[in-house]
Amino acid sequence: MPHDHHDHLSPSGHPYRVDDDHPLTYWQQMEIAVRELLIEKGVTTAAEIATQIDAMDARSPANGAAVVARAWIDPAFRADLLADGSAASQAMGFDVGPMKLIAVENTADIHNVIVCTLCSCYPRNLLGLPPDWYKSRAYRSRTVKEPRKVLAEFGVTLPDHMTVRVHDSTADMRYIVIPARPSGTEGWPAADLATLVTRDSMIGTGLAKLPDA
Amino acid sequence: MVERTYMRVRADMPPGHVRTPAYLRGKTGWVERTLGPFPNPEALAYRQPAEPHPVMRLRFTMAEVWGADAERPTDTIDAEIYAHWLEQAEPPYAP
Amino acid sequence: MADTPDTFKGRRWHDMGGDAAGPVPTEQHDFHLWEKRVDALMILCSGKGHFTVDGLRRVLEDMGPDAFETMTYYERWIAAVNQNLIEAGVYTTAELGARMSDIAARGPTYGEASVG
Repeated sequence: MPHDHHDHLSPSGHPYRVDDDHPLTYWQQMEIAVRELLIEKGVTTAAEIATQIDAMDARSPANGAAVVARAWIDPAFRADLLADGSAASQAMGFDVGPMKLIAVENTADIHNVIVCTLCSCYPRNLLGLPPDWYKSRAYRSRTVKEPRKVLAEFGVTLPDHMTVRVHDSTADMRYIVIPARPSGTEGWPAADLATLVTRDSMIGTGLAKLPDA
Repeated sequence: MVERTYMRVRADMPPGHVRTPAYLRGKTGWVERTLGPFPNPEALAYRQPAEPHPVMRLRFTMAEVWGADAERPTDTIDAEIYAHWLEQAEPPYAP
Repeated sequence: MADTPDTFKGRRWHDMGGDAAGPVPTEQHDFHLWEKRVDALMILCSGKGHFTVDGLRRVLEDMGPDAFETMTYYERWIAAVNQNLIEAGVYTTAELGARMSDIAARGPTYGEASVG
């Protein structure tokens, strides 16, 4: 993509902004029109839209990682998180909005993985926007039928004795996986533990990183 | 062993917006937990007043869902199903 | 499945759990400003009660499989947001059409057409 002239001026003399220098598409035209009409009708304001974008940009897997790390070191919080994921996350200070969260925990015998076969439901208030692969036909179609093959594509090969528990986000709940805590991390503070918790480990397509990785 | 409550997902195939995946219709699972009630999405989608419905989180074995095609018969799938899609059922196999 | 009952007929295109498909794609793109704006409009308007997530999903599903294959995620979402706002009476199709024409006349790029 032509990202090599952001500091230059457009033919009409306006400075380019990020991603603004592509030909206008029909759907971008529609976005601009809808946004302008909503502002003119008093439904929203430019400032409110900007604030919402900032709020979404501020959400990232680091939020979920902080929740997981605390669950690893704080048994009472872990119990709260498993009992009511939204309330526990909110108690940590995260803006869960209307999201209703269920946390599912990996153990020595159980590996959990999350999918939404009907659309692409995702715990965005805690993890940010979903990766493109999560929304793909391949992931949505195959994960409920051949989760082990899908996991293998992500580099996760589970021992034979483990059971895979697939969660299809079909209705009102959103899901986060509490990955298993890696050994060799005894005594680590939460902030260090959180660096081991990847986005994919909270979807179930990955494991927590090992301490020396 | 905790006694399981088994439910069968109705095998209906209406057109329109529903949140019951086709691959689970006609399949029997056990109640993992009960949620809600939540407003019926089949009404919300068409801007109609939506009655609250209980929602069951059911757990299905891969054997029940995919039969002989199952990748690993004892692996499981959990899904949230609105109560109006569910009927009481007998265990599909020895639990 | 070989023993697919007749009742399985009628399954809709978006209801894809269990379908055969190729490898999970690994490409990832960063979200553009216009895509983030679509996302923000969706959250704000549903939060204010102008439509529901299920209303959006209904339109996305009714758009059919061709839209899923040929349009990007946020292209489909702005189409669904717009459809729901028209159904809610927030603005009219005529207002939208006129505004889109005005916008196209402002310039050939998103940056020039979007004055906000």
